[in-house]
Amino acid sequence: MRVSRRAQLSLRTLALAYLFVLLIIPLGIILYRTFEHGASAVIDSVTTPAAVSAFWLTIEIVTIAVVLNTVFGVLLAIALVRSRVRGKSIIQVLVDLPFAVSPVVVGVSLLLVYGNAGWFGTWLAEHGIKVIFSVPGMVLATIFVTVPFVVREVEPVLREIGTEQEEAAATLGASRWQTFWRITLPAIRWGLAYGVILTIARALGEYGGVSLVSQSKPGESQTLTLLVKSRYDNLDEAGAYAAATLLMVIAVVALIIMTVLDRKKSNV
Amino acid sequence: MSDPVTTEPTGGDAAPTEITGDTSLIADAGSHAIVVTGLNKHYGDYHALRDVDITIPNGSLTALLGPSGSGKSTLLRAIAGLEVPDEGTVVIGGEDVTFIPPQRREIGFVFQHYAAFKHMNVRDNVGFGPSIRKQPKSEIRERVDELLEIVGLAGYQERYPSQLSGGQRQRMALARALAVQPKVLLLDEPFGALDAKVREDLRAWLRRLQAETGVTTVLVTHDQEEALDVADHIAVLNAGAIEQWGTPREVYETPANEFVMTFLGPTATLEGKLVRPHDLVLSLEQIEDAVPVTVVRVVHLGFEVRVELEDRDGNQLSAQTTRGEAARLDLDVGQAVFVRTGHPPFPVDAPA
Amino acid sequence: MLGLGVGSLWLSIIVLLPIAAVAAKSLDGGFGAFWDAVTTPAARSALGLTLVASAIVALVSAVTGTLIAWVLVRDEFPGKRLVNALIDLPFAIPTIVASIVLLTLYGSDSPLGLHLIATRPIIVIALLFVTLPFVVRSVQPVLMEADREAEQAAATLGASNLTIFRRIILPTIGPALLSGIGLAFARAIGEYGSVVLVDGNIPQKTQVTSQYIQGRLESNQDGVVDVGAAANSIVLLLIAVVVLLALRIAASRGSRHHAR
Repeated sequence: MRVSRRAQLSLRTLALAYLFVLLIIPLGIILYRTFEHGASAVIDSVTTPAAVSAFWLTIEIVTIAVVLNTVFGVLLAIALVRSRVRGKSIIQVLVDLPFAVSPVVVGVSLLLVYGNAGWFGTWLAEHGIKVIFSVPGMVLATIFVTVPFVVREVEPVLREIGTEQEEAAATLGASRWQTFWRITLPAIRWGLAYGVILTIARALGEYGGVSLVSQSKPGESQTLTLLVKSRYDNLDEAGAYAAATLLMVIAVVALIIMTVLDRKKSNV
Repeated sequence: MSDPVTTEPTGGDAAPTEITGDTSLIADAGSHAIVVTGLNKHYGDYHALRDVDITIPNGSLTALLGPSGSGKSTLLRAIAGLEVPDEGTVVIGGEDVTFIPPQRREIGFVFQHYAAFKHMNVRDNVGFGPSIRKQPKSEIRERVDELLEIVGLAGYQERYPSQLSGGQRQRMALARALAVQPKVLLLDEPFGALDAKVREDLRAWLRRLQAETGVTTVLVTHDQEEALDVADHIAVLNAGAIEQWGTPREVYETPANEFVMTFLGPTATLEGKLVRPHDLVLSLEQIEDAVPVTVVRVVHLGFEVRVELEDRDGNQLSAQTTRGEAARLDLDVGQAVFVRTGHPPFPVDAPA
Repeated sequence: MLGLGVGSLWLSIIVLLPIAAVAAKSLDGGFGAFWDAVTTPAARSALGLTLVASAIVALVSAVTGTLIAWVLVRDEFPGKRLVNALIDLPFAIPTIVASIVLLTLYGSDSPLGLHLIATRPIIVIALLFVTLPFVVRSVQPVLMEADREAEQAAATLGASNLTIFRRIILPTIGPALLSGIGLAFARAIGEYGSVVLVDGNIPQKTQVTSQYIQGRLESNQDGVVDVGAAANSIVLLLIAVVVLLALRIAASRGSRHHAR
């Protein structure tokens, strides 16, 4: 379909204008608001003990979520692509389910399983294990919302590369384990890396689920997103902007890595 | 190559055309590289292999020939251990390997789409097998260089598969399969993804390579010309069963049944009998047994001339003749001529 | 297969078990209690607002998303790659940051003079922001792969651009568009973080269901979940699952039909 020059320009203008209003203006303004009193104030604001603690807690939670979701995600992707078992579609639905679950519902569900009045609440309390209002609960919420990414990114790559390379490795004497490390993993590396970055980006930004299972105590049980909210609630707007900007910078870095990986992924 | 086979191929003209149920061959496994007995394989309701028996002589180059879905690839993959048969046994080099995984069958396998390890360069691809076997690095290096010399890829060590042409990739895949010094080399439609010219070159090259190395080779193909050209034995498969086994001449000239006849080359039907178009002889006069026909079209294909004919009942058939013969007959469209067979026809209605 | 077993166990612990707990809790007092919990005036009003806002967002996203995907695939202009990368920004940006961003833009000292805080339009704007990537990223690859020759053939047969779009392009991108709309809608009805600072959370006015559920928790102590929170959670979940499944089935029907 050949579009006239004029129509093409109008469509382009319309699309860019929409993006400008929806994305660029808001982001520009928050950057302006953050830095209107100078960069040093921002740096002070993101290096307070509470902020530093929130940063490290976020890193801790993200790391655990990423490692577990990578291991089980690759396992699931391989199982889904390579096995011919019936009932696979149920697993497919379970993998996609977190896309359909509100973060608030994630929080509610964890309270019902691990909370004081929850299914395992009494048992956990007897054994002195604290899940809700503690780091494990926040980790569980983060894992829940990031389950689909690695599976969904690795699955099509596995399907694409097929089984021939793995079979070739087998005829050449490689064991299953050797085949996985030397053939399969290198072949899926860019898809996997992309899935991991998506997981990191989503995990960093998780708020709704975490907010329900954390008491959000500064310096103790606050992630960066919870810090933004608590600063805002405490009328520390400048502090909230600074923390938000820090998260945004991390998001942009993730985005840049995503763009680069996406290109690599499609080049393979 | 290591393990040069000194025994002469035992097949030749004495090779049986039917080996069904002949289990005594297993005892004689010493001279047979591969002995497959009673192989059956189902995929759900689909019967992919039906009671397949085949014996591949040491040092031979055998083609498994058949249309797609005939089970030829399944048979090859069962020999390799990439498929587990429902019934039957596979013996390689005298050892029953039916339940041995591909890793320990000492085979070389070449895939239609090369199965190149895309993230490894040519050196690492070819050296993969030896490195799995924990051979010393310097030895692997030497062996890889030697093999790349043989397959004509010397100097390509550092290239990646994406930087090679299809033919080069397939030669790399062959070198990779040979690097583990396999007892048998199994090729699954190795030239199927290549264009015609490259395919012909590689075919001739494979024939030479096989003669030099003497490694028992099984090649799967759906291209009868390729099978006739390259193999010293052909097994013709159809619907999961072996229809005929023999030398190229045997399967071409004395086909066991109508399927083999039609699959191995063009056919024409004359008086209800299947014949090869090049066995049809045209004449201007009525000779004994000759059938009157009308010339519909004369097609000049270089040296060969195809004459399309129609008999009195309106059945079409085409005869193949030479340029000189066509010139001598000076055929015109619409002309009445006579046709007979110069070779005993294959009886269509006779039991297979 | 061992991998499948281990993977299923993992999914069961992480995803299935918590969801089962919510379902069980929602039916704690029988179906009557469930029904009462989801039909209180506040719950009904919140769900109504959530659904209407999400539907508006899904429709607007369908149009703007297709437009943006079209421009990114068929147009060439300087900075196109940057724009392409920006599309994923709403995914990468934490929702709470999105909320702060909208607050600065539409709050009391709005540089645009727009004061939309604690109104319904701001909910739609927030949801449009967070769902931006879904339709674009669903439609874009399909548009890239689309057979230009079919469009050219239609043009040689005398079809106008509008006809080509309607009869050739739309059927091609249809399945992807549907699944993008489904994802956007599912995301919108459950959205919490991006609206939490801006919608005012006024019951029966600007309170969405996710905030209603959160409110029910706050009124209880120490993370105790009542039937009201659980039942409304299940309603949200069911709607999202049904919409996603329905659109996926429609999309796969469409693509199968298309492949024929």
